[in-house]
Amino acid sequence: MTRFNAWNVFKNGFTGQKNWDRQWRDPEPKKEYDIIIVGGGLHGLATAYYLAKNHNKKNIAVLEKGWIGGGNAGRNTTIVRSNYMMPGNHEFYEHSLKLWENLSHDLNYNVMFSQRAHVSLFHSPSARDGAARRYNIMRLHGTDGELWDLDTLKNNIPHLNYNNARFPILGAAVQKRAGNARHDSTVWGFARAADSLGVDILQNCEVTGVKRSQNNIESIETSRGTMKAKKVGFAVAGHTSLLWQMAGLGNLPIESHKLQAFVTESIKPLLDQVVVYGVGGAHFYISQSDKGSMVFGGDLDWYKSYAQRGNLPMVQDSAEAAMAIMPCLGRIRLLRHWAGVMDMSMDGSFFICKTPLSNLYLNAGWNYGGFKASPASGWYFADLIANEQPHKNVQNHNLERFEKGINIDERGAGPDPKLHG
Amino acid sequence: MIRIKCPYCGERDHSEFTYGGDASIKYPSLDASVSEWTKAIFFRENIRGIQKETWHHTNGCRLWLEVERSTITHEIKSVKACHPQIDKITKNKS
Repeated sequence: MTRFNAWNVFKNGFTGQKNWDRQWRDPEPKKEYDIIIVGGGLHGLATAYYLAKNHNKKNIAVLEKGWIGGGNAGRNTTIVRSNYMMPGNHEFYEHSLKLWENLSHDLNYNVMFSQRAHVSLFHSPSARDGAARRYNIMRLHGTDGELWDLDTLKNNIPHLNYNNARFPILGAAVQKRAGNARHDSTVWGFARAADSLGVDILQNCEVTGVKRSQNNIESIETSRGTMKAKKVGFAVAGHTSLLWQMAGLGNLPIESHKLQAFVTESIKPLLDQVVVYGVGGAHFYISQSDKGSMVFGGDLDWYKSYAQRGNLPMVQDSAEAAMAIMPCLGRIRLLRHWAGVMDMSMDGSFFICKTPLSNLYLNAGWNYGGFKASPASGWYFADLIANEQPHKNVQNHNLERFEKGINIDERGAGPDPKLHG
Repeated sequence: MIRIKCPYCGERDHSEFTYGGDASIKYPSLDASVSEWTKAIFFRENIRGIQKETWHHTNGCRLWLEVERSTITHEIKSVKACHPQIDKITKNKS
């Protein structure tokens, strides 16, 4: 694999850009792997990368039913932040943010991580107090966070609706190290970096069956043949339940819901930050891509679904929210909108854990937050698979937490997956 | 838009309704073990295909309905009231 550096860019400029290597190989599946990761999205590829890099594991395959970047890696709003409050979550997401800060150098691939600040507006004194509590807890744990009063907010983002909003803006809770990154680059970067460490990335390779004995998985049947594996990791956001049932393991504390995102036509620079309408409450988040499009998203479609297409009431809701905080967007045209299927877990937190089978490991339940979590998700999942015990930061992110009564419910919304936005 | 045929109000947009959840859950008896209750409250089959689910006609008759719907195509197979004797109750009143 040719490394990306100034010399190679210069050299290939003289040879018509014809001598670059493939970004990753297209290997034939082997009969047997030490570790098989099912799911070639951000989480699966990051896991394979860190297994090879941090734990020196060899003979790893990543199975992807479609193509790299064709699933939820290409269906998100690219926001990266670590404003979490619950024990376990804030350490985890802060670690993820730290990995993001060095990810482009680490992967030798520009993921275009832009720490442009994540600005959560608040609209009432009680919402301000709630934000102050959350951001103070973050600060006590070493994550940056600050509160902006109205004047500071107006100076930084002059064109929000400060005049006649239905819910007047009072200020904002801000995480300056947060921002966004380029989703395609991230998934391609992980694929390329994992491949360069010897990981086999098998595209168009759908898992069709799981052959198991009483206590472990013996082999995985796929559309490209049967493969034996010593260890198996599931990282298939949205469809985890199906794979889980294929392995004969019954039910999971997960429902599949769809979340829409929207992109408008390109306009000149308008918004320097990621702006969120309400802290963890009414949901609307907007940023401007490097191409100039406004990228935004809202709530779930509110009913369970595996369809990767959104429904119109949420288009209307999101457009209304956009108009409520940025009326200047009124004449902009929507170019595309799409929906991704996501694992909504019963308490809004993820799973990186062991399973009832001795050689199966689970990475699932990412709710809204999978994109920003992907580096740390791969990091801790690789750690779990390699060392066979969870790191202390994810020790409670398991399937047993519900029975123990130690749910990690960031929003306090209770056991209703659609409410954990 | 999904169109739900409410047995009392007729066919309406799904935006009039609130999605409840899985209608096939059977809650155990009150003295059942913690493990049984955990399974009923937190664990889901998460069907990809036709599932039974509840919808509340929030901006209509406010009845809870049991709907059979495909979670792939959103096609609705059947709609009925959750309360088994709701027909009797509404008839007696009229």
